[in-house]
Amino acid sequence: MKYGYYPGCSLEKNARAYHVSTMAVAEPLGIEFVEVEDWNCCGATEMMAIEKIPAFALISRNLALAAKQNGSTNLVAPCSACYLNLKKADHYLAEDKGLRAKVDTALEAGGLSYQPGTINVQHLLETIAVDIGYDAVEERVVKPLYSLRVAPYYGCLVPRPATMQSFDDPEHPTSLDKILQRLGATVIDYPLKAQCCGGHMTQISEDTALELIRRLLKNAADCEADMIATLCPMCQLNLDAYQDAVNAHFGTDYQIPIVYFTQLMGLAFGIPAKELGFGKEFVSAQPALDKITEEAPKPVRTRGRGKQKAELPMPTQLEER
Amino acid sequence: MTEKQNSPAGQEKVGVYICHCGSNIAGTINVDEVSEWIKGNPNVEVSRNYEFMCSSTGQELIENDIKEKGLTRVVVASCSPHMHEKTFREATERGGLNPFLFEMANIREHDSWATNNKEAATAKAKALVNAAVERVVHHKPLEKIPVDIDPKTMVVGGGIAGITAALELAEAGHHVYLVEREGTIGGHMAQIDKTFPTLDCSACILTPKMVDVGQNENITLLSYSEVESVDGYIGNFNITVRKKARCVDEELCTSCGICEEKCPQKVVDNNYGAGLSYRKAIYRAFPQAVPGYPVLDKENCTYFQTGKCKVCEKVCPTNAINYEQEDQLLNFNVGNIILATGYDLFDARKIPQYGYGRLPNVFSSLEFERMVNASGPTGGHILLRDGETEPKTIAIVHCVGSRDQNHNEYCSKVCCMYSLKFAHLVHEHLPEAEVYNYYIDMRTPGKGYEEFYHRLLKEGTHFIRGRVAEITDADRKPGEEGKLIVQSENTLLGVQQRNPVDMVILSAGIEARHDSEKVSKLFKMGCDYDGFFNERHPKLAPVSTMTDGIFIAGACQGPKDIPDTVAQGGAAASQVAKLISQGTVMMEPVRASIREDECSGCRICNNLCPYNAIEYDEEKKVSHVVTALCQGCGTCVAACPSGVIDGAHFTNTQILAELEGILWDMPTEMTVMEEV
Amino acid sequence: MTHTLTSRPSTLLDQVIAETPGKAINLKTCLQCGTCSGSCPSGPDMDFTPRAIFSMLEAGMDEKVLKSNTPWFCVSCYYCMVRCPQEIPITDIMYTLKRRAIEAGYYHNPSKEKAPEFSETFCDFVENYGRSFELGIAMRYHLRYHPVGAMKMATGMGRKMLSKGRMDVTPTRIKNITQLKSILTKAKELGGQE
Repeated sequence: MKYGYYPGCSLEKNARAYHVSTMAVAEPLGIEFVEVEDWNCCGATEMMAIEKIPAFALISRNLALAAKQNGSTNLVAPCSACYLNLKKADHYLAEDKGLRAKVDTALEAGGLSYQPGTINVQHLLETIAVDIGYDAVEERVVKPLYSLRVAPYYGCLVPRPATMQSFDDPEHPTSLDKILQRLGATVIDYPLKAQCCGGHMTQISEDTALELIRRLLKNAADCEADMIATLCPMCQLNLDAYQDAVNAHFGTDYQIPIVYFTQLMGLAFGIPAKELGFGKEFVSAQPALDKITEEAPKPVRTRGRGKQKAELPMPTQLEER
Repeated sequence: MTEKQNSPAGQEKVGVYICHCGSNIAGTINVDEVSEWIKGNPNVEVSRNYEFMCSSTGQELIENDIKEKGLTRVVVASCSPHMHEKTFREATERGGLNPFLFEMANIREHDSWATNNKEAATAKAKALVNAAVERVVHHKPLEKIPVDIDPKTMVVGGGIAGITAALELAEAGHHVYLVEREGTIGGHMAQIDKTFPTLDCSACILTPKMVDVGQNENITLLSYSEVESVDGYIGNFNITVRKKARCVDEELCTSCGICEEKCPQKVVDNNYGAGLSYRKAIYRAFPQAVPGYPVLDKENCTYFQTGKCKVCEKVCPTNAINYEQEDQLLNFNVGNIILATGYDLFDARKIPQYGYGRLPNVFSSLEFERMVNASGPTGGHILLRDGETEPKTIAIVHCVGSRDQNHNEYCSKVCCMYSLKFAHLVHEHLPEAEVYNYYIDMRTPGKGYEEFYHRLLKEGTHFIRGRVAEITDADRKPGEEGKLIVQSENTLLGVQQRNPVDMVILSAGIEARHDSEKVSKLFKMGCDYDGFFNERHPKLAPVSTMTDGIFIAGACQGPKDIPDTVAQGGAAASQVAKLISQGTVMMEPVRASIREDECSGCRICNNLCPYNAIEYDEEKKVSHVVTALCQGCGTCVAACPSGVIDGAHFTNTQILAELEGILWDMPTEMTVMEEV
Repeated sequence: MTHTLTSRPSTLLDQVIAETPGKAINLKTCLQCGTCSGSCPSGPDMDFTPRAIFSMLEAGMDEKVLKSNTPWFCVSCYYCMVRCPQEIPITDIMYTLKRRAIEAGYYHNPSKEKAPEFSETFCDFVENYGRSFELGIAMRYHLRYHPVGAMKMATGMGRKMLSKGRMDVTPTRIKNITQLKSILTKAKELGGQE
């Protein structure tokens, strides 16, 4: 299947491992990515804070270029912030006529135009979980990640906001959990899976940011996770690059590698680690990867249901959407 | 407004009366201008405006004008016909005219209340009044149709509302069919431990009434039964009820309970037990169930699932178990129906950040009701999900699924009070425990309710103003380990707080029954956006519906507590009793009739009629309407390809004249007449 | 401190509603329940909780609202927005408040607040190159406003990033920067009319 591809600034350099591993798993999954030519920055969380119309115009240039290049298409963004910005702009342009008129005029000044709804913006996780499907992922697995305890970490911008028909639950997303399970990994029920990594607070108030990062690391450590799997360059950067700052600030000693879920997919698909960008992370993933076993671990019963006679029945879980 | 007159000028003498309704109408519409303007209509003999047309002086204006000026038609422009059509028809009749020679124009709900623009409102009022005048000249004198009231009544739903209604009617000497979906009557009240604010034991006040229902000779109790179809109309409903097979012969069963005791199959009781306890595959919801016969739950029965077991059959001393029993369809007639179908509790799993279904020590309010009940699974002890540990700190979360646009916008009305009751019960059972109530606004209107709140303040309950943001087991700092952390803003302090507790109770709101829309269609009456049944008038006809002969009581109409529910059950019974003692009601003569000489006999109308009121005459090869069954809905009138069915009081001539009247200022080529 | 209520002095509330895309009109229906503030990851570090900000807007305390650090501490996690029982687009409202604060000129005291300066530095690079440039942004932002931070940056994080090959030393410029500049110039012009 053919998809438009919007890497975003982070994947060019700081999150190169994400880009490399995405490309590596695309082929076995039958995905052909066509990068939007001459795309520009989405403005992250900064542009919208300065000027509204330029912020929307900046994002819309990418939508216009994608539409011009590929026609009506799915556009995949692996970066959560890019995904949200692109999707939100498309949504608000369709909803708000006044805004759209202004953005149209601005795009016109650059000889471009964009009709809201032409481009279907997807996050890479959505592409893999929904379009490709869990079964197809499992079929490609040749080296299951047995015994590797992974905390699936979604962050904020993929599950939320839900105003725009999200593909997963805004509070308790499960799509990444399912992908990792299909890879053979032991997936942690990670309570903070959709909590904030601190975003740009590292630049604005380091104390605030370090506390947010600490919580995520602590909770993953409490759950005895070998690593955290992310799907966002900002989350990866904050949890990985600031891990030693957290340790210094709080007197802790967390050594939890933060990897992209595509890197784990690649490993399970039998692609060599060096072709997946491993080694770029500050907290090395190697010790965790060494824990992978050839045999599936014996299932551990987590709750001793029925062991104590007095135990009261639990309400059943709601059926997943 | 002259060239398009479709009624010969001056043929009828219409009196037009514009009501001020205080300032409700006159504050927005220039009533002088409208009443002066309508005099230009050649059929108008007299046009007046008056402060309150519904007052006796207002009505006398009509009566006197009919007598003195020889009026032949009357138009009143005022409020909705729901309010005063009857009033003015009667005034017309007292003046000496047939009451159906009257027409009402609604210039309040449809006009003055809908806008502040005086000019536009006045223009619209002119159009509406003109439409009524144009229509009324085509009215024909009609006679109301008398209908006998069958003195039997069906009550649907055996909760406290249905029980109350059924007993009131039965004790007045009228026969009642009480239809209950579950195996026993009792409803939600049977699950509850104590009732607020008096704290009397729910079962102690409910079970005597349940026994009365079971013993009253005037009540036919149809438990484990559902209404399958409803035909007919006020006074003459024909009902079909499906009595589901409980696989127990009611003639033979002595309610000894041995089958239940010996049944090897244990099932979580999601109904009466609120999911917190187990029952057997053959079971009575609770020992005081009425009727006392058990129900065999086929889906969980080992015999029905595997073909082996039959323990219940073996142990039954009277051979009452009958696996072959089949559903029965019962058919009977009633004159009136009371719907008391109750409510569903909001499913707290829809708010994942509260952790219900995921975090073991988060409980729903009904779970807590069962737990604190002496006959519940813990014998009335407040314990964590492990069934052993007593909690030391408990958070009670208000407004779960209520006052929330993501779920239910409305306030569920009872949760503040039952949350206070929970706090009290915790203090009573666990005096050492700390209780935190998280609320947005405390809503305690009711006799003794605010006093109960004060009592809880004195008992030391902590009240935190702030809607809970999330409940998590992910500890962040020392003191939080192994606890449930309730995170919220204390809005009175303006600070975010994390409160580690042992147990959380979610005060879930009240929702319409999941199938209420289906039920409202079955009974051909309306329900609102949230699924609650619509009352005829929110103040003045709270237990009536838009369908004559169908009444509602209790939480099926909207969230309410037990006192209000019981009051409505009684009110609905008294509405029915009134009709029964009248014996006959006069029905609107709005009926369809077929001009048989022009009928082509195509029979299209036969199947469309929702009341089966159209018969086909095989000999004459034409259809005709059975007037007694026709409800005047107009479906056949619209469907008839030959256009030979007339709806009395809604003839094509009348409706087209009304449209002509409303479009008086439109260019001729655009009027409806041209298009037709 | 007493705040004197005058007859409906706030224009800010209406401006915020008009300027924010989506259902910002719901701001008028705020129940003051505090779900937003209870959910906010950076709530404890804000001058006023988001709920308090909405109450202050309603009370016409416009200046105090715009001078608060609250919108600048918003991490755009959108928890408030999905949980709000009145469906108020809170995160988007925070963006509007940031723009209003800059416009009102309350944010040119870099020693006090870093956030607007960071945003502005970021945007300068994007406008001139079409791409963000982490090293440049970090260096310029720190040098201009936080010299001590710049030292830390140069010796700490910056060196770390460079050593792993995770940061460019020169910025990348998109090919058609002229086109982007024309679009943004026009957009600014149109934005100024609001």
